[in-house]
Amino acid sequence: MNASVFGGLLAVLGREWKLALRHPSDTLAAVLFFVLVAALFPFGVGPAPETFSRLAPGALLAAALLAALLPLDRLFGAEAEDGSLDQLLLSGLPRGVLAAAKALGHWLTTGVPLIAATPIAAAMLNLPVEAWGVAMAALALATALLSLLGTLGAALTLGARRGGVLLPLLVLPLAIPAVIFGAAAIEAASAGLSAAPFLLLLGAGVSIAAPLAPLAAGAALQND
Amino acid sequence: MAAGQPILDVRELACIRGDREIFAGLSFTVPAGGALLLTGANGAGKSSLLRVIAGLLPAAGGEVLLEGAPASTDPAGHALRLRYISSQDALKPALTVAENLAFYAALWGGQVTPALEALGLGALASLPGRVLSTGQRRRLALARLGLAPVRLWLLDEPSLGLDVASVARLGDLMARHRAGGGAILAATHLPLPLPDARELKL
Repeated sequence: MNASVFGGLLAVLGREWKLALRHPSDTLAAVLFFVLVAALFPFGVGPAPETFSRLAPGALLAAALLAALLPLDRLFGAEAEDGSLDQLLLSGLPRGVLAAAKALGHWLTTGVPLIAATPIAAAMLNLPVEAWGVAMAALALATALLSLLGTLGAALTLGARRGGVLLPLLVLPLAIPAVIFGAAAIEAASAGLSAAPFLLLLGAGVSIAAPLAPLAAGAALQND
Repeated sequence: MAAGQPILDVRELACIRGDREIFAGLSFTVPAGGALLLTGANGAGKSSLLRVIAGLLPAAGGEVLLEGAPASTDPAGHALRLRYISSQDALKPALTVAENLAFYAALWGGQVTPALEALGLGALASLPGRVLSTGQRRRLALARLGLAPVRLWLLDEPSLGLDVASVARLGDLMARHRAGGGAILAATHLPLPLPDARELKL
């Protein structure tokens, strides 16, 4: 990657970061959604702490991935609406790099806050404290995968009518492996077993998606 | 670049949107220092033509050569040799005027402050984009023209919403660009300060 492409990637990333800081409502909405869903489970399940700990891994993963989906339809939609997408497409950056910057921006402004909120949600679901670290690691990898797949989904559904409905339908089935291995890792940790194999599988998923999803998203990006 | 070679050479260009043919067999050139005004009724295809030349819309036929190089072989390189000011201002309300332009300066090179001052926005640099008026937003979009120089400007209704003084500033900017060997293709309904511009009616 030459210097100007890297500089362009940093410029797009810096702009995403600044916009998220000035308008924290998207990030806050995702974090609140995540915490609220985790808070709803105890009401539905009733006062049986041991049932929670069984439910906690899957509930955490599902809540986090749904929360991370929330800002995705604005990822390219907001840029297309105000004409910025045209300028980004004419920025001279390869479209795959542009999509990679957007995916990384989404992870930094949505995934990372969700990871930070994981202990709160984990406490409400009565997850053993020993498993919190693994839960945060699993969520870090799972949200990274969702950011990558979600960027692809956002690029594909850009300009489609009802794109906001189409996007989860397209992305969530692809995120099933993240739920399976993420939940398995947290479960292993709360049972006192090693979570490493599951985290490594999740990491493998992220490292496959990291180059492929932005390339595909870049090819799908078009504004007409 | 060979002497006398046009900056922009459009050959037999065609564009189809949906099932409708917007234009076909369109050929023209714009030489260095030249300007071409695109006129025509609403929906005549002025904006589509600009977008096809910019590489944002696929051409249904024909080709676009910028300084002799076909647009289709290197889209990223083609994009870097032109500036496109669309009818949308591409401005983020949460960022200040200077930050909005600084983002494009980081991508393309060039200085923010002189580009803002060329359109009389120097005093507004630290204001957030959301408080700008329509004309000020337009001027901020046009300020992108003052960043690192390129050979071709594609302008879609550049003077829409501008006051008389700002139109004059835009005129100065365009005159300097042409004097430096640049070319301009502008779609407009309003009279633009472009002396000796040829006109293409779509």
